Amino acid sequence: MMPRFWPMFRKEFVQMRRDRLTLGIMIGVPVLQLMLFGFAIQTDVRHIPTVVLDESRTPESRDIIAAFENTGNFRIIGHVDGRPALDAAIARGDAQAAIVVPNDYPRDLARGRTATVQVIVDAADPLSSQAALAAAGGLAQARNLAILGARAGSATLPLEARVRPRYNPGLRSPVYIVPGLVGVILTITMVLITAMAIVRERERGTLEQLIVTPITRTELMLGKIAPYVGVGLVQMTTVLALGRFLFDVPFTGNVLLLYAIAHLFIIASLAFGLFVSTLVRTQQQAMQVSFFFVLPNILLSGFMFPRQAMPLVFQWISLALPLTHFLTVLRGILLKGVGLEALWRETAVLLGFGVLLITLAVRRFHKNLE
Amino acid sequence: MTEFAVETRELTRRFGALTAVDHLSLQIATGEVFGLLGPNGSGKTTTIRMLCGLLDPTAGTARVAGVEVTETPERVKTRIGYMSQRFGLYEDLTVAENLDFYAGIYGLSRDTRRARTAELLGYLGLERRLHQLAGTLSGGWKRRLSLACAMLHRPALLFLDEPTAGVDPAARRSFWRTIHEIAQEGTTVLVTTHYMDEAERCGRLAMMSGGRLIALGTPAEVTAQVGGATLEDAFIVLQERDER
Repeated sequence: MMPRFWPMFRKEFVQMRRDRLTLGIMIGVPVLQLMLFGFAIQTDVRHIPTVVLDESRTPESRDIIAAFENTGNFRIIGHVDGRPALDAAIARGDAQAAIVVPNDYPRDLARGRTATVQVIVDAADPLSSQAALAAAGGLAQARNLAILGARAGSATLPLEARVRPRYNPGLRSPVYIVPGLVGVILTITMVLITAMAIVRERERGTLEQLIVTPITRTELMLGKIAPYVGVGLVQMTTVLALGRFLFDVPFTGNVLLLYAIAHLFIIASLAFGLFVSTLVRTQQQAMQVSFFFVLPNILLSGFMFPRQAMPLVFQWISLALPLTHFLTVLRGILLKGVGLEALWRETAVLLGFGVLLITLAVRRFHKNLE
Repeated sequence: MTEFAVETRELTRRFGALTAVDHLSLQIATGEVFGLLGPNGSGKTTTIRMLCGLLDPTAGTARVAGVEVTETPERVKTRIGYMSQRFGLYEDLTVAENLDFYAGIYGLSRDTRRARTAELLGYLGLERRLHQLAGTLSGGWKRRLSLACAMLHRPALLFLDEPTAGVDPAARRSFWRTIHEIAQEGTTVLVTTHYMDEAERCGRLAMMSGGRLIALGTPAEVTAQVGGATLEDAFIVLQERDER
């Protein structure tokens, strides 16, 4: 069966090995991305630069301002003496938040009326403003409980929600970013590599010589993608190993199972690239189509933004992306430690994508020069 | 009746409004060195590509090495060797790797592969360049390597599309000697050219112009049909007629 697969495979392998630059990029990109996502990108925003407008200048006002600073979310960078100065500080971007303690704050507090503290945030940056809002809300809540408790003369709280962040107790971003990054990096490189594969042969004139031989379309396609399965596995191992040693990402489940399912995902991604390759005429077009495909993968798959928050239409679209399913597998095995009993649906979908995309690519490819 | 190596009937190919090959009917006998002659754009390459199953004809049929190309283009591919105008091998592979790849693709067994490769390497003088990257070979050596790859599977028919374009005169001469030797072993060779001295070395010629066959026969017959003292004169007469 398929006697010409091996010569094709060997040829692709030798060419791949000889192209040192591309090979270097294929290994270098995962390392670089991991560093960026792991060290540079933090979604839990802390130490927001904050200015204070303290109109009352009393021990009570200093106390509440200190409480804000103690949350760790606000970093007081200065005091202003009026609204115009406050607005200017936020407009210039020197401060991203402002705390205003009004004149009557201590009086209201003493009389048992609702005392207000105003928190202004720069919502042009959604992540940091959300963090500031949450911190402010939490602070007020805690204060309220303490004051009410003191009034009622009771030290025990009537209700407490005990929150347990399972699978990522420290709520550290690398823990969920690194497994996702494996999928994203594989999508980018696998699709791009094979999207170029057929068009490159067409552009260089080698395809013409190849298609006058008895090689079948399937042999040609499979022989072309097979060596890159190895590249994908090396990339995956690189990201996982660095994630483990640098960011202490847990490997809770069966890593062998993860590798087995990863094969399906890698093959589906390569097959998609091959399909792209049959649609375009030049390497430049191949590159453009690949990027066009990669973007929705990053945005919709659930890698960075939760799919549950998306409108239904986009949730459906995201189901058409192999990465969406592979992310469930990655997080399921690495973080939750679940096995095939929880992931058989994703596994079946990935297998289906692979078969479908290879079939499409073979069907689309014709052994002629039309 | 003996089977022709190539037989076309009213073979036609259009690209949009342009008719690249216009009702071409040809017969080429087994073992011939047959030349397709004509200026650029006269339809030589399109004809060869149709005969190799690389392009589907718009109309007409072609029988190559006993196979209807239009019906079963894949079956013809085991019986023919093809050398495109542009160097079609992998420049980032060595001479040996290119040969090995095509030997595998043509399904040669390991023993056959070894024997046949050694034979062709010796014959074409490529042994000393075995481990050189194909991309670093000169034009003449690239052509030799292409020829070797096209002949690995002992095809009954060899299609050579302008095999000596961009090759120095000495290499051209030796290349033609090789072509004749191949033909003497029974392989039919169809070669396109626009060099007159090369056309003279073909057994028979078909002269094409604007996609049509305008003269057919031995070099002397073609010269006489078109009118002119030499083949070169005939060619120029034709080209001028074409441009009018």
